Amino acid sequence: MTAISMTVNGKAVSADVEDRTLLVHFIRDHLHLTGTHVGCDTSQCGACVVHVDGRAIKSCTMLAAQADGATVMTIEGLAKDGKLHPVQEAFREHHGLQCGFCTPGMIMTAVDIIRRKPALDEKTIREELEGNICRCTGYHNIVKAIAAAAGAKA
Amino acid sequence: MYSFTYRRPASLAEAQKLFEGASDPKFLAGGQTLLPTMKQRLNAPSDVIDLGKIAELRGIAKSEGGLTIGAMTKHFEVATSADVKAVIPALAELAEGIGDPLVRHMGTIGGSVANNDPAADYPAAVLGLGATITTSKRAIKADEFFKGMFETALEPNEIIKSFAFPKPEKAAYMKFPNPASRYAMVGVFVARTAGGVRVAVTGAGPCVFRVPEMEAALAKSFTPDAVASIKVPAGDLNSDLHGSAEYRAHLVTVMAKRAVAAAG
Repeated sequence: MTAISMTVNGKAVSADVEDRTLLVHFIRDHLHLTGTHVGCDTSQCGACVVHVDGRAIKSCTMLAAQADGATVMTIEGLAKDGKLHPVQEAFREHHGLQCGFCTPGMIMTAVDIIRRKPALDEKTIREELEGNICRCTGYHNIVKAIAAAAGAKA
Repeated sequence: MYSFTYRRPASLAEAQKLFEGASDPKFLAGGQTLLPTMKQRLNAPSDVIDLGKIAELRGIAKSEGGLTIGAMTKHFEVATSADVKAVIPALAELAEGIGDPLVRHMGTIGGSVANNDPAADYPAAVLGLGATITTSKRAIKADEFFKGMFETALEPNEIIKSFAFPKPEKAAYMKFPNPASRYAMVGVFVARTAGGVRVAVTGAGPCVFRVPEMEAALAKSFTPDAVASIKVPAGDLNSDLHGSAEYRAHLVTVMAKRAVAAAG
């Protein structure tokens, strides 16, 4: 067992976890924040994307112990004071989801893309979404939502 | 994933001591290959020794005649570094094309090179630029480092500390990515350096390799036409569901031409 502590969505958390615990399982099973999804379990689909120290990563491909001392943000941490984050709002406005399974990862990646890239055209958005798979193939509206959120910010 | 003991040393010396004392240990860099293989039970180490907290393994510095990049430096950091973009822009571009943005936020140059995946991008830059690999024990020239499929000159308890990349006069990397995995079907790194022209190919064979015939032709004339009629033999190349050896041999010439054109 390994003792870990980190800040998740602004709250200090600590636990003793089995060494092999993945960050995504710590988030879901120990913290009961089930917005972060496990889609493929092979590090490809990006449904598990969270931010660790301000960078979007696949939480199924990081040990919880590696995140010891880190600041983690999950989809649950985006909305503030009952108000959706502008990217969440854009996904709703532009219907950027079908079944919704990939949505938490898509939104966490989108927030990261918009933060990193000052100018976002459609091609860049599609390239940047390489690590997120929507099995409904609903990319068109996802790209539209991200472009709208990026434009609103600028 | 099978269970293991997680270790997080604060220094190289501590990491090596932990390695000595374990029955079947593995070093963990960014984990973007190791953890997926452990989840698939292709790897089942007794101890995972995380190098993530060893400060001396990180960072990018301009050095005499080039760049020094710490082994635990992430792809994202190389891709966005002002120093890398200024000194060896081809290296920043290569890093920007590895995997996806999420992988680039975790994956490291040292992890990629130590693993020596036949289709990884970084080995092409390390060999193509004639970098020197400094480890916990010694300095190794790129030409002596890559030994075969997933095989390197590294001894079991030897840790890569940093890479010294000489600044090339011109360089470019062109890859034909597998559309699903983004690994290179074929990637060609071309560099004109003070020591001559180097052409390194990844993805095509079991291990990154140089193409002396192309290097000689480019030394005479650094133009795409110079390599247009040079074919590598398909005999030793990879053949799989993504492409035959003959297809990869063809791609080597095409990517070499594009890399020379991009290098200018």
